[in-house]
Amino acid sequence: MAKRLGSQTVVFDKQPIILSGAAIVGKKEGDGPLARYFDDVVDDEYAGEKTFEAAESRILKDTFSKALEKSGKAAADINVILAGDLLNQSTAASYAFRDANTPFIGLFGACSTMSESLTIGSMLIDGGSADYAVCAASSHFCSAERQFRFPLEYGSQRTPTAQWTVTGSGAVILGKDGQGPRIVCATPGKIIDQGIKDANNMGAAMAPAACDTITSHLKDLGRSADDYDLILTGDLGSFGSSMLNDLMIKNGIDMKNKHKDCGTLIFDLEKQGVNCGGSGCGCSAAVFSTYIMNQFRQGALKRILFIATGALMSPTRSQQGESIPGVAHAVCIEA
Amino acid sequence: MADILKAFLLGGIICVIGQLLIDLTKITPARIMVVFVVLGVILGLFGLYQPLVEWGSAGASVPLTGFGNTLAKGVIKEINEKGFLGVFTGGVKAAAAGITAAVTFGYIMAIASKPKVKK
Repeated sequence: MAKRLGSQTVVFDKQPIILSGAAIVGKKEGDGPLARYFDDVVDDEYAGEKTFEAAESRILKDTFSKALEKSGKAAADINVILAGDLLNQSTAASYAFRDANTPFIGLFGACSTMSESLTIGSMLIDGGSADYAVCAASSHFCSAERQFRFPLEYGSQRTPTAQWTVTGSGAVILGKDGQGPRIVCATPGKIIDQGIKDANNMGAAMAPAACDTITSHLKDLGRSADDYDLILTGDLGSFGSSMLNDLMIKNGIDMKNKHKDCGTLIFDLEKQGVNCGGSGCGCSAAVFSTYIMNQFRQGALKRILFIATGALMSPTRSQQGESIPGVAHAVCIEA
Repeated sequence: MADILKAFLLGGIICVIGQLLIDLTKITPARIMVVFVVLGVILGLFGLYQPLVEWGSAGASVPLTGFGNTLAKGVIKEINEKGFLGVFTGGVKAAAAGITAAVTFGYIMAIASKPKVKK
């Protein structure tokens, strides 16, 4: 049985193992610095489908198949799929897995979905509710533009400071036994809203949530940032990252040397003209499932804290003048 | 040739104002367009836009401010001819060609093309 520690951390008894990870991304991500780690790059934004939403589902479904293939498990071994995306009704995930013939639990945590699914998946395996689980998340630039800004058909000009929603998805297979890095504990995050209203500045809305979760995690376990090889946030972008480091210093924790952000890793910010970095739940999902898993296999990482960060923005509430709530969930992974 | 240059200059200046609003303010593109139309209506109402159209021709009439000017001119004309009801009928009557063209060509382009990410 898992043990609760401090204010909000859960330490697992039967530590779930990450058997495999896979990621499929779009062309822009495939031109980025992490290209060689991804399993496939889809050049066509439609991925052979008729609409952007169908393309996102296709990418997610193929990523799941790829992860399954790499784990050596059969689809019938999987007890539950935990997946989500950015669209209303979790459209991408719901349609991706409609033929999967496997119990499906849809998640919404905006860009925090990947660590949310890892947290819940670990709890299910540790508690004996599942032997093998899939944790996955996806996003697509074109479907996200339609959902949160304007449909591409409308031809609206983008503001230069907006983060770029990553086209791609990541999936990992969690198991009760096998070979791979282990999830040792998780710190589900509280919703933190500090009144940021600018939808083009999501990093600022998420950084306080990341700060709160990381601070709670370290306090609950009595650890410092130096106990980790890497503290990896989801998609704060360059602006949100420097804001997080400033907030952490106010809490008396200096983690600048340990911190990296998936949103700034996935693109070459200057060369690719993505001012603040990548965003979307596919961003941290793809980086975590491939690049980070590869670093574990190489032995370059022994213990990391992965904190996917979500801006729980509702376009409706934003139009009503409301601010953007942020949330961040942390999982600690050891080799 | 001089007309083309003038149109380019005036149309360009109007577009630069739009670009500056996108880059320097938090106003959404949709709102910027509404601001342009309303601005055209106000300038048209006081007869301040027509001189721009005469000087820069298409450079002033094609941007959204020109659409606002057309609305204002139409309402004024209809009020003079038909009275108060012109407030409601004049604008759309004057802009009928523009509106119908926008809907028709928008529809044709929607059928003929497929949206893609800007390269």
